[in-house]
Amino acid sequence: MDDPASVPAATLDITLDLCPMTFVKTKLELEDLRPGEVLEVFLRQGEPLENVTRSSEEEGHRVLTKDPALERGAGIWRLTIRCGGEG
Amino acid sequence: MAVKDFTPEQLDRYARHIVLPKVGGKGQKKLLDSRVFVIGAGGLGSPILLYLAAAGVGTLEIADMDRVDRSNLQRQIIHRSSTIGESKIESARAAIADLNPDVKVVAHERRVTARNAMELLANADVIVEGSDNFPTRYAVADAAFLLRKPLVSGAMFRFEGQVTVFPNDGGEDSPCYRCLFPEPPPAGAVASCQEAGIFGAVPGVIGSIQATETIKVLLGIGEPLIGRLLLFDALAMSFRSVKVRRNPKCALNGDRPTITQPQEMELTGEGEGCRA
Repeated sequence: MDDPASVPAATLDITLDLCPMTFVKTKLELEDLRPGEVLEVFLRQGEPLENVTRSSEEEGHRVLTKDPALERGAGIWRLTIRCGGEG
Repeated sequence: MAVKDFTPEQLDRYARHIVLPKVGGKGQKKLLDSRVFVIGAGGLGSPILLYLAAAGVGTLEIADMDRVDRSNLQRQIIHRSSTIGESKIESARAAIADLNPDVKVVAHERRVTARNAMELLANADVIVEGSDNFPTRYAVADAAFLLRKPLVSGAMFRFEGQVTVFPNDGGEDSPCYRCLFPEPPPAGAVASCQEAGIFGAVPGVIGSIQATETIKVLLGIGEPLIGRLLLFDALAMSFRSVKVRRNPKCALNGDRPTITQPQEMELTGEGEGCRA
């Protein structure tokens, strides 16, 4: 977060969503970003965390950070994903 | 695209498209903004219309002038026993509305002819052929070529079917329908579907392939069946494809074309294969 290039251009909360809506929303928000911009995603650990991470990377984006977001509650994580440009 | 560009219902409905590479939100939006003209709401038209509607192709134009008959229901899966006697246009419109309220249907309860084809097809992004007679088939093929619109062509006969895509893009190597079939067979040379019969699931296979190709063409993805004629044999359960080349002597698409407007033909009511 100290690196200005990692400041999120958009934030998405999918803590209440289920698969496949977790990645549907993540992908749509990434489509809206320019290559290099960062999306911040709050999501639950387990299936959403694993699948959104994997699917984002499969589509050419880069997961920069993956940390528990304790202030949001137990089991909630924060991802930052750098847009790779492919929709 | 962003989440806000779709309604919550659309996010649910199109989730399996949006997560696909090469489709995504942009592709889905493109489909919603697309307009496809489907000739006929019969055997081929049924799966074509149902899959295009399910996919969220925003506007479907349909031309058909028949009514639903009980003998259609063995293969024309967009219609129902409860719609026997209704116009196929209205029966199809109701089925599409029930399947996907995002889709607007523009109904033409008329036959597509050489006289009206240019006007009827003028607004379509892609034209899909599912008619049951040669005059319509040639009028559509001529108009699609002259309007420079992609034509997704399908046909079937008994246990067999065929599909190809004519890009009609003016490309040097792009074949048109008349490059493949310069002239219709003489009237009476080929049995109509009423005489010949049709294996009910064959139009399901062929029409589904046409719908697939239409969506690919709309999205500009993959390799459509351009320059290839896909042949399906249900009894052998085999597919093979043969090359289709532009014919330099083609009256429409050749080096010295003689056809400059859709050609009038006498209506014999018979097809080289049944599409109805």
